[in-house]
Amino acid sequence: MSDAPYRDIVKQGLWNNNQALVALLGLCPLLAVSSTAINGLGLGVATMATLTITNLLVASIRRWLRSEIRIPMFVIIIACVVTAIELLMSAHLHDLYLVLGIFVPLIVTNCAIIGRAEAFASKNNVILSTLDGIVMGLGFTLVLLILGIVREIIGYGTIFRNAELMLGEWAAQLTIVVLPGYEGLLLAILPPGAFMGLALLIAMKNKIDTWQSQRIKNRESVSVDLQASRI
Amino acid sequence: MVSRNKYRNILVTGGLLAISALLGTGLMVLVNRHSVPYIEHNERQVILRSLNAVIPVETYDNDILNDSIQVTDKELLGSSAPSTVYRARAAGRPVAAALTIIAPNGYSGPIVLLVGIDYTGQITGVRVVRHRETPGLGDSIEIQRSSWIESFDGKSSTNPSAAGWKVKRDGGEFDQFTGATITPRAVVSAVHKSLNYFQKHREFIFSIPEPAEINDKPVKMPANNRT
Repeated sequence: MSDAPYRDIVKQGLWNNNQALVALLGLCPLLAVSSTAINGLGLGVATMATLTITNLLVASIRRWLRSEIRIPMFVIIIACVVTAIELLMSAHLHDLYLVLGIFVPLIVTNCAIIGRAEAFASKNNVILSTLDGIVMGLGFTLVLLILGIVREIIGYGTIFRNAELMLGEWAAQLTIVVLPGYEGLLLAILPPGAFMGLALLIAMKNKIDTWQSQRIKNRESVSVDLQASRI
Repeated sequence: MVSRNKYRNILVTGGLLAISALLGTGLMVLVNRHSVPYIEHNERQVILRSLNAVIPVETYDNDILNDSIQVTDKELLGSSAPSTVYRARAAGRPVAAALTIIAPNGYSGPIVLLVGIDYTGQITGVRVVRHRETPGLGDSIEIQRSSWIESFDGKSSTNPSAAGWKVKRDGGEFDQFTGATITPRAVVSAVHKSLNYFQKHREFIFSIPEPAEINDKPVKMPANNRT
């Protein structure tokens, strides 16, 4: 019973209310940098970190939040967190910054962050809000990663190309050539490919949802039939 | 009474917002102060790394990062803004120069290049610093994606002759990419122009001494000389 809210948060973040597939928030960064799996992973991790920290901060000051100024307060918090992450990353993890650096300012444009601050963190306690930040970020990251993988396979015929830029020299061997000798399809890497890929993912999620609710309905009608036959 | 409460409410709310904004700004100032020296150091390391990619590090012994001049030549260097020329020396004698040049006619905007030229006028290396060419087509000018950029190594303004300083489609010596001619064309022409610039101004480039020998260069002074 006690872990019910946690389980619900996880389910909401990863599936039912996935920020990228259901809420359709954060499309600007999502579409812009999902051209390869590594780029997608990079933006996803950066977004997850930001979302977790902002949710934590918003939840911990929610007692003193006045409803008239809550939105500007969220904006201040998010802007500060993103700026601090960018500066500290550039100072202490410069090689990672050179790769992810362009993504970090993009996070500011992600409405999912202010969306979670408003919809969840300002109404729930610190632990639940932090979990919500992690899970919502994870859901966003997974979509980015899958979209990146799909676009990269179609666009370049590989997975995890340029992994060494993000993970260091050892990751250079991570690149998997899925389609050897493949010339690549430019469309998948350009912005239209992002829209098509995202549309496919959303369609697939909807299909799975319909299929699942159909199954539940069938099971229910079977059990109703059974009960009816018993009577 | 109601309206008085209302005013108080507005004042308190506004004050809260102002305090939060000040607090946030103050925090950012602190983070910025902490980060700036590290960031400057890191950025210099990045420049040094790309300089060493175009000028072999074992050929020079000076502090190349601090031995630079600003020059302007819209026709040959591609920009009306000053561009930086780094000078490599060994035991005080000129070895090579690295020129930051711009190919203004890329497919989607200017391409920034770093060209290393040794004292005799031979190219020691070319790297792309920044570009916005089409991914998958024009980005083969990056060393991470293809070795095309290395085809400039060892070339000079006389090898090949001026007619050869073009992509193959235009009757020159340099390969173009499948589906992208404009990008390599822009790079080839910019590199050729930088060689011409070097030829014309070589003595001038190396004539200005190292900053260690003249003291009026903008070397950062310690902060306490303001008092």
